[in-house]
Amino acid sequence: MLARHLVRRLAQAVVVVLGVVVVSFLVARAVPGDAAVSATGARASASELAAARERLGLDQPLPVQLFRYLGDLVRGDLGTSLHTRQPVASDLGSALPASLELVGAAMLLAVLLGIPLGILAARFRGGRAGGVDVSVRVGSVLAVSAPVFLLALVLQLVFATRLGWFPTAGEYDRALDTTSPLSVWTDITVVDALITGNGAMLASVLHHLVLPALALAAYPTGVIAQMTRAALLEEAAQDHARMERALGFGRLAVLVRFSLRAASAPVLQLVALVFAYALVNSFLVESIFNWPGLGSYTATAISSVDTPAIAGVTLTVALVYVVLNLAVDLAQTALDPRVRLT
Amino acid sequence: MSIHPSPVTSAAPAAPVPPASRVPGAGSLASRLGRLVGRDRLAAASAVVLVVIVLLAVLAPWVAPFPGDGTTATHPADRLLAPGAAHWFGTDQVGRDVLSRVLYGARTSLGIAVAVLAISAVVGVTLGVVAGFAGGWLRDVIMRVTDVFLAFPALLLSLALAAILRPSVETTIIAIAATWWPWYARLSASVAQSVRTRPYVDAARCLGVSPARIVWRHVLPNSLTPVLVQLSLDAGGVILTAASLSYLGLGATEPTSEWGLMVQSGQSLFTTHWWVSAFPGLAILVTAFCFNMLGEGLRDLLDPRAAGGRS
Repeated sequence: MLARHLVRRLAQAVVVVLGVVVVSFLVARAVPGDAAVSATGARASASELAAARERLGLDQPLPVQLFRYLGDLVRGDLGTSLHTRQPVASDLGSALPASLELVGAAMLLAVLLGIPLGILAARFRGGRAGGVDVSVRVGSVLAVSAPVFLLALVLQLVFATRLGWFPTAGEYDRALDTTSPLSVWTDITVVDALITGNGAMLASVLHHLVLPALALAAYPTGVIAQMTRAALLEEAAQDHARMERALGFGRLAVLVRFSLRAASAPVLQLVALVFAYALVNSFLVESIFNWPGLGSYTATAISSVDTPAIAGVTLTVALVYVVLNLAVDLAQTALDPRVRLT
Repeated sequence: MSIHPSPVTSAAPAAPVPPASRVPGAGSLASRLGRLVGRDRLAAASAVVLVVIVLLAVLAPWVAPFPGDGTTATHPADRLLAPGAAHWFGTDQVGRDVLSRVLYGARTSLGIAVAVLAISAVVGVTLGVVAGFAGGWLRDVIMRVTDVFLAFPALLLSLALAAILRPSVETTIIAIAATWWPWYARLSASVAQSVRTRPYVDAARCLGVSPARIVWRHVLPNSLTPVLVQLSLDAGGVILTAASLSYLGLGATEPTSEWGLMVQSGQSLFTTHWWVSAFPGLAILVTAFCFNMLGEGLRDLLDPRAAGGRS
């Protein structure tokens, strides 16, 4: 039973990944004008163009091109960026760690804020303290309705430009590159600073992380709070909750000690999903804070119509999403035997 | 379980809605809306604000103080005036009245939302009903295709599609609709599938009623309520996505009044002339908020099972 479930999930994931590859192939081939012209420059002669066309495989039928693209992908070749003139794969490799750092920080904030808020709202639903529930509800809908770029601009204006509490832009103080340079292990600056005990660098990165992570955390926090509340209330309506109340457990204890575990499955799945959304939303935040991640890279790629780079980003983020979803699904299967039956 | 990309729906488990999910004795739509006002003040207030926004959008050419500023007019002498009596929301870099542009922007945003949702609902419900009702390999093919589309965060796929096409309002609509229909397909497939096994459908089939008629008489009416709830929940998400696309330079282009584009164009001036970006940004926030609040209210009212027990 379990093996069959695993095989089925993996097969589904493979189909999805193939679809994702086709879409990114179409994007990569949709170079404005002519890819051969972009590759050789506007002043190339006709024979140079023909050579480039042959080299790029543009003279082949589309299915053959797709097959070649697939082969390139397997070898880790995502093509060459029209803007940076570097292989897209290495561009992405240097941009992704900073994005994961930012999105990771935002998701951590969102989980630490969203789950307790959801518990509070569920605990104080209706009744005399119903104001808590209403506040969480209004707050979370506000958080999911706010355009993330507006939040980023306002946070930057108020807390960086006006109050000067936080730096306006960048990932860390560049002066530290000379005074306390970081030895690179994982490429994720905050992790490297932590494991190498580079206190100055760690403090600087965390300081720079606060505002962009807050802007990015709003949406996930709202969604997680709402989902936690809804899942808890569904659990609280079950017979076991009444039993636990009858045994003398308080309302909050029933929610936290018993219902939260059962409610954790949908919340966990949501966290994985929202992670991918936050990664895309970071496209809207990073350029405002000049964060050297995937978002800034994508923004540049868009403005310079760098289709191979856009295709690479699409593929990478979609893969992150598929892998996360699969991981959560498998984790749930391991934790909750009921899932296997469906 | 599927989770929706639009902000608020993501919070609600998209439980397959029971067919005939009508509340016993729920009465007419009007009386249900009456109860919405009584029970959910926030949703009712949001509905009122939305009516005002829609009216302002429709009447923009008449209510905007400087209708010409909605598009091509420029007034170099009035550049970057702070909000005041003549220009309530101030003026932008080329002297256009920000209030007028925000009003015209409502036309753009609401127009995009209506177009995207109409396309998504028609395409999605059609495919979903076919998949859920026909079953078999047809169902598998349609559902696998929706899986592929759902593997992209909406903004990401829209972004990729918009990058292929030339930036414009039409591009925005196509790009977002292409990412949005699978949710409707999934929703109506689950409704169709559960309706298919109902005794009254069996009875109809035994009586020789054609499949098309069964779909029309039984499947579609049962899909209506969940789709309606979904539409109101999604409108806010579509408006946010559209604004994000044009903010990134993949949507509407100058001189169209579009909120995301306006925020973007005023961004570099934000520290000194905040009003150029702030008012269009707030317009996005208020509109998305009202749609999300109303959508939640409608969901709780019309679709109690998915409400997560909100009182």
